[in-house]
Amino acid sequence: MKQTVEIKGAAHQDLQHDSAVKHVSGRAEYCDDIAEPAGTLHAYLGTSNVAHGRISSIGLSKVKEAPGVLGVLVAADIPGENDVSPTGRHDEPVFATDTIEFWGQPIFAVVAESRDAARRAAELAKVEVEELPHHVDVAEAMAAGYPHITEPLKLERGDLAEGQTAAHRIAGQMRIGGQDHMYLEGHIAFAIPGEDDDVVVHCSTQHPSEAQHMVAHVLGVPSNAVVVNVRRMGGGFGGKESQMNLFCAVAALAAKTWNRPVKIRPDRDQDMESTGKRHDFVVDYDVAFDDAGRIQAVEGQFAARCGWSSDLSGPVTDRALFHADNAYFYPHVRLTSRPMKTNTVSNTAFRGFGGPQGVVAAERMIEEIAYELGRDPLEIRKANFYGVQGDVTPYHQEVEDNILARLVDDLEARSDYQARRKAVLAHNAKGGIIRKGISLTPVKFGISFTATWFNQAGALVHVYNDGSIMLNHGGTEMGQGLHTKVAQVVAEAFQVDVTRIKITKTTTEKVPNTSATAASSGTDLNGMAALNACDQIKERLVAWACEEWGVSEGDVAFLPNQVVVGSESFAFGDFIKRAYMARVQLWAAGFYKTPDIHWDRARGQGRPFYYYAYGAAVGEVSVDTLTGEYTVDRADVLHDVGRSLNPVLDVGQVEGAFVQGLGWLTTEELWWDDDGRLRTHAPSTYKIPLASDIPRIFNVELADWSENRELTIKRSKAVGEPPFMLPICVFEALGMAVASVKDYAECPRLDAPATPERVLMAIERLRR
Amino acid sequence: MQHREEIRFLLNGRDVALREVAAEDTLLDFLRLERRLMGTKEGCAEGDCGACTVLVGRLSETGLHYEVVNACIRFVASLDGCHIVTIEHLSGPDGRLSPVQEAMVAHHASQCGFCTPGFVMSLYALWMQNAQPIEAEIETAIQGNLCRCTGYAPIIRAAQAMTEFGSATEAHLNREREAVSAQLLALRDGRRVVVSKGTSRTILPVDVDDLAQVLVAEPEAMIVAGSTDVGLWVTKFLRNISPAVLVGHLDGLRQITVREDAVVLGAGVTYSDAQDVIAQHYPHLGAYWDRIAGWQVRNMGTIGGNIANGSPIGDTPPVLIALGARLTLRKGDVRREIALEDFFVAYGKQDRAQGEFVEAITIPRSSSGVMAAYKISKRRDEDISSVAVGFNLACEGGVVTSARIAFGGMAATPKRASAAEATLVGQPFSEDVVMAAAKMLVEDFQPLSDMRASSAYRMTVAQNLFRRFWMEHSGAQARLERV
Repeated sequence: MKQTVEIKGAAHQDLQHDSAVKHVSGRAEYCDDIAEPAGTLHAYLGTSNVAHGRISSIGLSKVKEAPGVLGVLVAADIPGENDVSPTGRHDEPVFATDTIEFWGQPIFAVVAESRDAARRAAELAKVEVEELPHHVDVAEAMAAGYPHITEPLKLERGDLAEGQTAAHRIAGQMRIGGQDHMYLEGHIAFAIPGEDDDVVVHCSTQHPSEAQHMVAHVLGVPSNAVVVNVRRMGGGFGGKESQMNLFCAVAALAAKTWNRPVKIRPDRDQDMESTGKRHDFVVDYDVAFDDAGRIQAVEGQFAARCGWSSDLSGPVTDRALFHADNAYFYPHVRLTSRPMKTNTVSNTAFRGFGGPQGVVAAERMIEEIAYELGRDPLEIRKANFYGVQGDVTPYHQEVEDNILARLVDDLEARSDYQARRKAVLAHNAKGGIIRKGISLTPVKFGISFTATWFNQAGALVHVYNDGSIMLNHGGTEMGQGLHTKVAQVVAEAFQVDVTRIKITKTTTEKVPNTSATAASSGTDLNGMAALNACDQIKERLVAWACEEWGVSEGDVAFLPNQVVVGSESFAFGDFIKRAYMARVQLWAAGFYKTPDIHWDRARGQGRPFYYYAYGAAVGEVSVDTLTGEYTVDRADVLHDVGRSLNPVLDVGQVEGAFVQGLGWLTTEELWWDDDGRLRTHAPSTYKIPLASDIPRIFNVELADWSENRELTIKRSKAVGEPPFMLPICVFEALGMAVASVKDYAECPRLDAPATPERVLMAIERLRR
Repeated sequence: MQHREEIRFLLNGRDVALREVAAEDTLLDFLRLERRLMGTKEGCAEGDCGACTVLVGRLSETGLHYEVVNACIRFVASLDGCHIVTIEHLSGPDGRLSPVQEAMVAHHASQCGFCTPGFVMSLYALWMQNAQPIEAEIETAIQGNLCRCTGYAPIIRAAQAMTEFGSATEAHLNREREAVSAQLLALRDGRRVVVSKGTSRTILPVDVDDLAQVLVAEPEAMIVAGSTDVGLWVTKFLRNISPAVLVGHLDGLRQITVREDAVVLGAGVTYSDAQDVIAQHYPHLGAYWDRIAGWQVRNMGTIGGNIANGSPIGDTPPVLIALGARLTLRKGDVRREIALEDFFVAYGKQDRAQGEFVEAITIPRSSSGVMAAYKISKRRDEDISSVAVGFNLACEGGVVTSARIAFGGMAATPKRASAAEATLVGQPFSEDVVMAAAKMLVEDFQPLSDMRASSAYRMTVAQNLFRRFWMEHSGAQARLERV
């Protein structure tokens, strides 16, 4: 029988998100939409309203007496550990005991019959605090002698002193702002108590296993008593990697205390005040280079606002150093991190995980060189790409898969960069209020968790005897289309339509000890684990078929929606039914671990990354030099996802990351007042991009000629984080427009975010 | 006539009558907690993200109009006589997705999906008005909707393709228009509505005269129009607003009268209601108006409310003061008229007596003035201004005869730049004189530093806007337009 049809949803095909229809019709179920059993209670956090101090007393009698209140929970009510530190450093109490470390720190939880009653009651607390001096700013914290919140990292290679004898040397400082995740669905956890120690927690976390372990840790029960479920998140972006631990722990503790279901959902303000964000950095750089603009030496200190506890600040600040080279070879280099304690919320993972701050700093140094030498920054970039002078990174990994030369040449041509740059220069030469800028910036981003042990994943695939397939894996769905892509992998493996595959919620009951869906690794890891499960099942099916029909392995083929055995052909469902009757095991647990990676943090050497993903973008802007307002007139993106598993979803990731990165570098500003209180804590004051902020012309293409040289899932590459750094081109284009007021004689040294205010103030500074 | 003691409206085509309603009860909580209609989401509870967007159909003199609103800050009691349409009702009786939803699916316009129902509602409202919108119209329609995943590009593509998936005339909301109008008409009984829950009371006067009576009887009542500010007092600060007197439903406060010498806006006229007449009679405010909040808030928020709440950063007071607008205040049957700038006494203090309410705003028409209005904010759209300004200069023979320049964001109230104005009056209208006036702003203002802008930026940009004003008057390009 001749086979011509293709399955629906094969690998490398465009396929809509599995929940698209549910999304648009409002039927996609988020944690807050789950039907509440009768008797469901609601918890709310009571938080501090000073930035630093010693607690003298926690007066909760009015809270307890408030209408609808069942009771309160404080540190003393915790049967296990009063700690939700994700790295086991034991420095993140659920509830403060002696010391307040930031404005918004949880002190207690109140549990009531309704969320409204709990919220109102929480306001009635009388917490007396003896105030201490506070420092929310990184530079101030360093000046005040605040400690590192976790061990710093040093990356070193070559002889810095030798490199610094080069013809030119520039030192400078750059401030890079943080960023709130502003996922549209805020934090939420919903715990349902069971018998014995058991508790089931529905929540919106990127890391169900960690939430499970933390709940167990706080309740003082083994992990096997706790189940954590996540069907989908309304956005994560790193903000729900470790930050949900707090809410899961409180909900579970309350559920076990009152033996009733308990939900906790902070309002947007508390979500933004009391959960972590992207780290702000102050970067001191010192770059030496020759007359041709070739970098000879780089020294950089990366100080980060880590907040009151370590959370993930160690790996985040590490990753900033790992990306402080971006795409450029540094012959002599020393990079150090300073993960500073500050009296702010503990900063956490956010798309790029410190990498973007490193990349921005690298690109600032390129700008410095270009302005110093009066050259197009693109020429300086090309002169310093890996492959020109060398291939070894500051962490001693060889860059072996570099495609930037081709990718950048391709983009330069597609975007007509050279002609447009000339036009921009000509426009600015005329003077006038509206100035323009254009820039092409590349990105190289290392893929793998730098904590090597996280690079493992599990999957569970069931083929039921009617031929339907259930897919489960350790990854979580936050909108990125992970479940869709993994389903495509399974469809491809069995050669069945993807509609045959049921995507199920992520649950610690099915796959244990999973890693966070983070570091862009979701598809790489879980896709491979699912494929491994499929391969096991197929192997058994093939072995059985060979025996049953007396054929050899080569005579058994999985073709679209059917299985061919020798000269016979069976519909997939019929074949499975027969296999079941013949007692073939039709389910399997798959496993995967990334090969070839290792990392010695003490020595600062190793191969932390399995491969790199690449991309580049051209941004063009117009700036009003009277007000600092600007528009992004055009962006051209060429991005590398290897052989895309699902091009349309990958383009969606690139577009979305670009605009999110654009927000980080332009209008998204975190602002603390003199009392150490964050005043940008809701969308009314914290401004993420709107539809009218995106590039007016927005061309996004995938480098369709790229293929991962490593044996990743179907030769694809991770896509979540790398494109987040593409809009640095917009940031630099803004700088160019600013610099035009002084005829490009000086590096504009814009700090991020480049709000209209910062742009105007830079213009005024250059004009003075 | 006996007061009615229940709120009556249609929810997704079905009658609802509620006897127990607190002034603070929001539509979003009603939908999610009481009716378990979970498609409408809470993203921010302050009207800034659009995840809770629903359609509200309201009968007016010109028929049944559907508008998008933010359910999170809309009070249930304010929906008396309206038809509320949620995402659950868009797919129609046959259960098929609406063309708007189909376009969203086909163009991969959802990722996490949490904002998606809100976007669908906004685009549905756009599609009912304008099936083939251009990009700028789409951007304006979704100004009040945040998406953190997609970068908006696929949503815009979907919006451009809506018409390929079906015609709005076929939409069941349009086909059922007559039936729904009849249902809504049947809900009207010409009675004052008084509802309560516990100690929280809400009064919906039957007309403006009734409002005046109610306020005389209850002088301490909270007047609530669009609730785009008062809504936040409830959702953010947990304030009680009882007794609340709602005015948003009063057709008598939503009159727009174009006279020879002035345009008179009833205090309950929303930003959306006023949009066309403002753009027509005050062309310099056309683009400015588009940058006030998002579509949902423009549909709810009223110009009277924007003034009466006394905020120093409201968008309309500076530009209306510049135009010489006057307020009509009414208490009982007694009316008085004051200059708008005189209404703002100090931060948090306005010239409004207890029991008195803003009834109308009279905006003089003048064709001879040199007028401009500028808004500066961190983000172009749906942001609160760091500085807003209205310019209105009259010149005769090249000499400035009068100057009205009013700023928001520069002081504790919307305020005229008196020293700058004085520098201009009697002088030739020239660049030198305009920039000399700009320098005088330091006499007029000592702006604050806050999360929106620093004091230095506010002052610098305010002065630079004088240059923009001059340059635009001279025909130069001195402003960015997103085209």
